[in-house]
Amino acid sequence: MDPTSTAVLAEGLRKRYGDRYALDGFDLRVPAGTVHGLLGPNGAGKTTSVGILSTLLKADGGRAEVAGHDVARQAAEVRASIGLVGQYAAVDEVLSGRQNLVMFGRLHHLSPAAARRRADELLEHFRLADTGKKPLKEYSGGMRRRLDLAASMVLAPPVLFLDEPTTGLDPRSRGEVWEAVRSLVDTGTTVLLTTQYLEEADQLADAVSVIDSGKVIAEGTPDELKSRIGGDRIDVVVRRADQLPAAAAALEQVCADRPDTDHDTRRISARVKDRTSALAGIVRALDAAGVAAEDIALRRPTLDEVFLHLTGTATATATGSGASGGTGDGAREAVAA
Amino acid sequence: MSITAPRPMDRAALAPVIARTPLARLRWAAADGWTVTLRGLTHWVREPGTLIGSLAFPVMMVLMFGYFFGGAMQVPGGGNYREFLVPGMFVMTMVFGMGETVTAVAADKNRGVTSRFRTMPMAPSAVVVGRAVTDMLSSLLALAVLFATGLAIGWEAHGTLGETTLAVGLLLLLRFALVWAGIYLGLLMKGPEGITMVQTLEFPIGFLTSAFVAPSTMPGWLGTIAEWNPLSSTVLAVRELFGNPGFGGDSWIAQHALLMAVVWPVVLCAVFFPLSVRRFRNLTS
Ligand SMILES: Nc1ncnc2c1ncn2[C@@H]1O[C@H](COP(=O)(O)OP(=O)(O)OP(=O)(O)O)[C@@H](O)[C@H]1O
Ligand SMILES: [Mg+2]
Repeated sequence: MDPTSTAVLAEGLRKRYGDRYALDGFDLRVPAGTVHGLLGPNGAGKTTSVGILSTLLKADGGRAEVAGHDVARQAAEVRASIGLVGQYAAVDEVLSGRQNLVMFGRLHHLSPAAARRRADELLEHFRLADTGKKPLKEYSGGMRRRLDLAASMVLAPPVLFLDEPTTGLDPRSRGEVWEAVRSLVDTGTTVLLTTQYLEEADQLADAVSVIDSGKVIAEGTPDELKSRIGGDRIDVVVRRADQLPAAAAALEQVCADRPDTDHDTRRISARVKDRTSALAGIVRALDAAGVAAEDIALRRPTLDEVFLHLTGTATATATGSGASGGTGDGAREAVAA
Repeated sequence: MSITAPRPMDRAALAPVIARTPLARLRWAAADGWTVTLRGLTHWVREPGTLIGSLAFPVMMVLMFGYFFGGAMQVPGGGNYREFLVPGMFVMTMVFGMGETVTAVAADKNRGVTSRFRTMPMAPSAVVVGRAVTDMLSSLLALAVLFATGLAIGWEAHGTLGETTLAVGLLLLLRFALVWAGIYLGLLMKGPEGITMVQTLEFPIGFLTSAFVAPSTMPGWLGTIAEWNPLSSTVLAVRELFGNPGFGGDSWIAQHALLMAVVWPVVLCAVFFPLSVRRFRNLTS
């Protein structure tokens, strides 16, 4: 595929279930050869958008192209260009891992010998070679996920859709999935990946679309997004609960905005502008205030915090403050209060 | 370099094949249908329990009805009850087979396997063709086992070889119609409760035919329903072709069993085939 071309294009996609729109004017452009993350909470419309792009669902409005083919009018061409790893592993439970891969290879029109060879390569790569003969029923969740991924890579498709590929995996398996995705991207595959983890998008994606209620509400590189939502956060856990106010006061001097206090875990968390200088400043300020810290940790914002910041809706509805869009900070404070 | 990343020359070898001419499409449809059929046959080998169970169940039923209840049963116009029963059990075996179709289709749908197939460059027909061929083969096997059991307990096909072949053909025609009904119902199922319901309903629907007792011995209105039950036409037709007692009757439907044993399955196909195709195309999960 031409590296400057667009691998996935969606314009104003709409999909209705009953009287609710699961997708409501969804736009997306993924340049060929890149990894694009779709980040969103439960029910945001991630699976629905992947469903339309992979020809499983028909849109009620808008249009979409994958690998240069219209998903509605050229479904066969689209199917020949994509791999899909659904949110839940979709493999044959009775067949062995190897039999599954050979079957998918045959259905991708590889010759019997080529299908077997490809199956063995994939099993080897996903560390499934010694369990390749076992029925899927006896696989662990992580092994099943890896086989699922292998099945979608039978042909090294030009465009690969991954719907929450690492949800429920242990860190090692998660790392392996990421590794496999990267190696596929190295060969020129374009990846559209949905996830609830900012870290996953951070690890893999060149660009991210944040999606909520069926619409893209923010877009950019992971770094751009993170700076938009206020950069990293620092968590300080104090030894004694009565030191919380003193610690909060100390943090407020060094941090970008007012810290949030959680009494139950004796934790104070605040937004920082510059990672390294903030850490030194906080240690000094705590020292000066005579606060004994049990733990100090810099971390990336969580998806929750991204959402609170970008939409304010999750909590705005919960707290009844009615804030919509605009200042996420207000919503965050409402939560902390 | 990792193994998953194919070497550049491999990338071409791993490029998907799109069938463009009608002939190529037909060839791939056959190949893909066969691949999916092989999957079903591999299930038999890896989990023979399911197949053995489905072969043994009709045998158990025929022995149970033939020997426990057989003495109390009256065959209208006289005759051996086991001779009367075995053709009915042939038909019931086709009905039980439908339960297997429903189960298999629903399991694939609910586990996302159907969705995966639908996003692949394979012939869309292969999913159902593979299912249909697998189920027809298993029904053929079940018929053979029941045929042997029947012979062992004193049932006989008294007709000519041609009549016997035609009877088997009518049974398989019914099964073919039930494949489509089963695929449609399976695609409708959201969870395992539905499957249990279908399997439970097989019995009242099966009893409300001429398979086990003659409709003339039922209360009037119930007897009429039983006579017009599509399964009854096949029961009567194969009784006639095998030369077993209990075919024919006063009503129009009973007198035209041979015709109706063709008409009913064709009607069922005409209803459920398009419904299944539509449902398959519009699946949302
Ligand atoms: N088949 C369906 N019938 C009715 N409503 C549906 C159906 N599928 C999805 N929805 C609704 O559409 C909305 C978007 O669902 P979708 O599955 O796309 O979300 P998601 O972002 O993938 O969520 P998750 O993180 O939970 O997987 C939800 O409100 C969901 O309830
Ligand atoms: Mg989802």
